[in-house]
Amino acid sequence: MSEIRALIVDDSSVMRKIVERALRQAGLDPLVVHEAGSGTEGLELLRARQVDLILSDINMPSMDGLEFLRQIRAQNLAPGIPVVMITTESSEEHVKQAIQAGAQGYIRKPFTAEQVKERVLPLVHAA
Amino acid sequence: MLLNGVRKASIALERGGGGNGMEPTMAVSLRESLQQVSDPGNLDASVEEVFRLMLGVECRREHGGGSQEQDSVTAVVGFGGLLSGACVFSTGRTAALEIAGFMTGMQFEEIDDTVKDGIGEICNMLAGAWKGKVPELAANCGLSVPAVITGRDYKLHVQAPEFQLHHLYRFQESTFAVTIVCDGLQ
Repeated sequence: MSEIRALIVDDSSVMRKIVERALRQAGLDPLVVHEAGSGTEGLELLRARQVDLILSDINMPSMDGLEFLRQIRAQNLAPGIPVVMITTESSEEHVKQAIQAGAQGYIRKPFTAEQVKERVLPLVHAA
Repeated sequence: MLLNGVRKASIALERGGGGNGMEPTMAVSLRESLQQVSDPGNLDASVEEVFRLMLGVECRREHGGGSQEQDSVTAVVGFGGLLSGACVFSTGRTAALEIAGFMTGMQFEEIDDTVKDGIGEICNMLAGAWKGKVPELAANCGLSVPAVITGRDYKLHVQAPEFQLHHLYRFQESTFAVTIVCDGLQ
């Protein structure tokens, strides 16, 4: 597999590390990870760098994950790049909102590395 | 209880979409589901799930005891919407360092920003897992971002709570407490 560049957006640095570890355990290797602590930081990073995969929390201060996702699409910052939401919110309504905003995948916290593998790898391979 | 504006946002959402793209919802009440919402088993199952999946450790409910350490870390995540209140996770220094270590694979000697961040995330996942046990709650109750407090010199005051769950748990040699307090139910 060629190098995968992933952007992980979460206000928790610990969660960003956990998501990165889960991606590596899922077999995404070699992997280059870019981290952002908010949606605003994520947008700035996308303006400066190209990525192959975006994983974002929803519940974040300043700009939440759904608005981040809408801005990505509105500004055409990562065309064709899969976005997976990783969040504690688990209702059908939240999933629907994320899909409507342009997400291709949804992982509920807490999660296992196996769930990350099942939901993320097919998207990376299809992109 | 109002924490980080979460109650206001969720009520707006319930009344008519709140401008966030959601369809207006039918009137939903949790009053009829009070027994299910306050079921102590939901909290135990949520704690076990979060610790097993995110830390890879088993934990079990304890009755009595708890940490007597002077240094402690407490994380609070607010609920808003059909249910208002908070999820409070509290633990001593030793357990906080161990939990952060399990989460990150690193070793910690002091309660630094990473440890506090990890404890906040544990509380966030517990709050999310707990509300996810009741579908009406999952769909109509928002979460605030976690607030983390260090030290023991604080008291949690809630006027006339609808219900409160306070459970102690043990994992390995450490203990922690989780409190769910509900001060408003629609």
